Amino acid sequence: MYNRNNPKGWLYLLPALLFITVFMVYPLIDVFVYSFEEGYNFASQTYTGVGLYNYSYILHDPYFLQAIRNTFILVIITVPLSTGIALLISLALNSIKKLKDLFQTVFFLPYVTNTLAVGLVFMILFKKTAYTEGLINLLLNSVGISSVDFIEGPYWAKMFVLCFYTVWVVLPFKILILTSALASVNKDYYNVARIDGTSRLRMFTRITLPMISPSLFYLIITGFIGAFKAYSDVVALFGTDLNAAGMNTIVGYVYDMLYGNSGGYPSFASAAALVLFAIVLTITVINLLVSRKNVHYQ
Amino acid sequence: MDKIKELERKSRARNTAWTVAVFALLVLWAVIVLFPFYWMLLTSVKSYASYNAEYVPKFFTLSPTIENYVQAFTAVPLAKYFVNTIIFTVVTTGLMLIIVVLSAFAFSRLEFKGKNLVFTLFLSLMMIPNELVIITNFVTITNAGLRNSFAGLILPSVTSVFYIYLLKENFEQIPDELYKAAKVDGTSDFKYLWKVMIPICRPTIVTVVILKVIECWNSYVWPRLITDDENYFLVSNGIQTIRESGFGRENIPAMMAAVVVISVPLIILFLVFHKKIMEGVSRGGTKG
Repeated sequence: MYNRNNPKGWLYLLPALLFITVFMVYPLIDVFVYSFEEGYNFASQTYTGVGLYNYSYILHDPYFLQAIRNTFILVIITVPLSTGIALLISLALNSIKKLKDLFQTVFFLPYVTNTLAVGLVFMILFKKTAYTEGLINLLLNSVGISSVDFIEGPYWAKMFVLCFYTVWVVLPFKILILTSALASVNKDYYNVARIDGTSRLRMFTRITLPMISPSLFYLIITGFIGAFKAYSDVVALFGTDLNAAGMNTIVGYVYDMLYGNSGGYPSFASAAALVLFAIVLTITVINLLVSRKNVHYQ
Repeated sequence: MDKIKELERKSRARNTAWTVAVFALLVLWAVIVLFPFYWMLLTSVKSYASYNAEYVPKFFTLSPTIENYVQAFTAVPLAKYFVNTIIFTVVTTGLMLIIVVLSAFAFSRLEFKGKNLVFTLFLSLMMIPNELVIITNFVTITNAGLRNSFAGLILPSVTSVFYIYLLKENFEQIPDELYKAAKVDGTSDFKYLWKVMIPICRPTIVTVVILKVIECWNSYVWPRLITDDENYFLVSNGIQTIRESGFGRENIPAMMAAVVVISVPLIILFLVFHKKIMEGVSRGGTKG
């Protein structure tokens, strides 16, 4: 009928191929090369040797270890918490008819807003200044808890704000996915269960959870990946000098090594980025293995 | 069926308490979501003096002022950041659309040797995190002398494997017969793409455009790496500069005015297109 081998296809693909080769494929190879080049000098683009020194350096750098610790704490707290809250809110949304669309739209709003800009509002709500304790502290005072500086104060307070803001930022996506998953569960299952006098809890664990388990696992996997790459929300709350604030993340460490006051070391940045990639890959593989056993695919 | 209906009615009556709890939860979360927006708006219309005089911040103001907005535009080049972001967003989205449509067309409609191999390679690139490639891109752009230029800002983000995939799936749903009929009439491939495929797939293309616009408007990391000249700052970088050194002193109302100004375009976009945005995101968007 029409031409089986139409070389013009390559012509249509040319722009995409060009950009993908220059800005994705080549950098992907190059990042490995960089990570093994020792003593790389950014100005003269020369290096002194090849080996594992870059990895050894970052793994002994207290800033990197702190970044790893911060990132892991953030992941361990926010992934289960945000998934749990999202599930709760989606179940609530799914059980109402009136105002469902309105609530759904409101809940999705944080997804489209600028993380840096809204982070500034969170900072102001939590920050203690010379003029005021900050709104959150005044709320705490009113229930008898003494004020704490959440932005420049103790570590746990800063981690609390960060987790709170992260959950606020990631929830819209999770609510959206879970609400549509819940809405697509066939209502007949519930009707039959009701005739049998099944309790609400049992309906949830035996019908709802298995039916939405693919979406739930999708969210857990993307949630882990996203949380490991936390950066802009941290900057929004604590500023760009994250090492000084003691709140750096792995991605923040990569960028600090690349650029800024402590920058100019693409080799260290590459090694750190590859360590991050290895962590994320491992967690994702574990997630997939667990999900294969537990997820009910129709 | 009557039995089911009766049971449903009974359980509804029993469930009033449950419904109250459900609404309480939903309202609570709605307040948590909306409060920061209310607070930024409120603070932005309080005068500098009255804001700092309130030890316990007031939840409303009777004397709103626009002085903070005036300050936000005069004390820092907010308008410049704004225009830069618009240029960046329009050009990036436009270029990306051309590239993505052409590739999706090639993958979905044309037959050529090596197509499947290239498509598989493209798909596997979807799993590569941006953090891995950004280091070399930074070096590439720096060596090309494109720091502090729109080319440097735009070029690395004009392709998206995911959108190519999304559009290809959509293009493939158009029946073969249309293409064959067009070929019989002597229509060229390009004309067919332009006159038939793009109009049919307009909803998906609109979704892709909106999602890309949101992404561009909020992008922070790459612009921060590649620009240190204020003349090329985007709003995200601008807001970070304002936070760290803007307005000379801790002028929080003016800061909030700037935050409102840069948030409004996306909020309007969301209010107009919220159905489309939510549908598009649930088809495979993620954040962060």
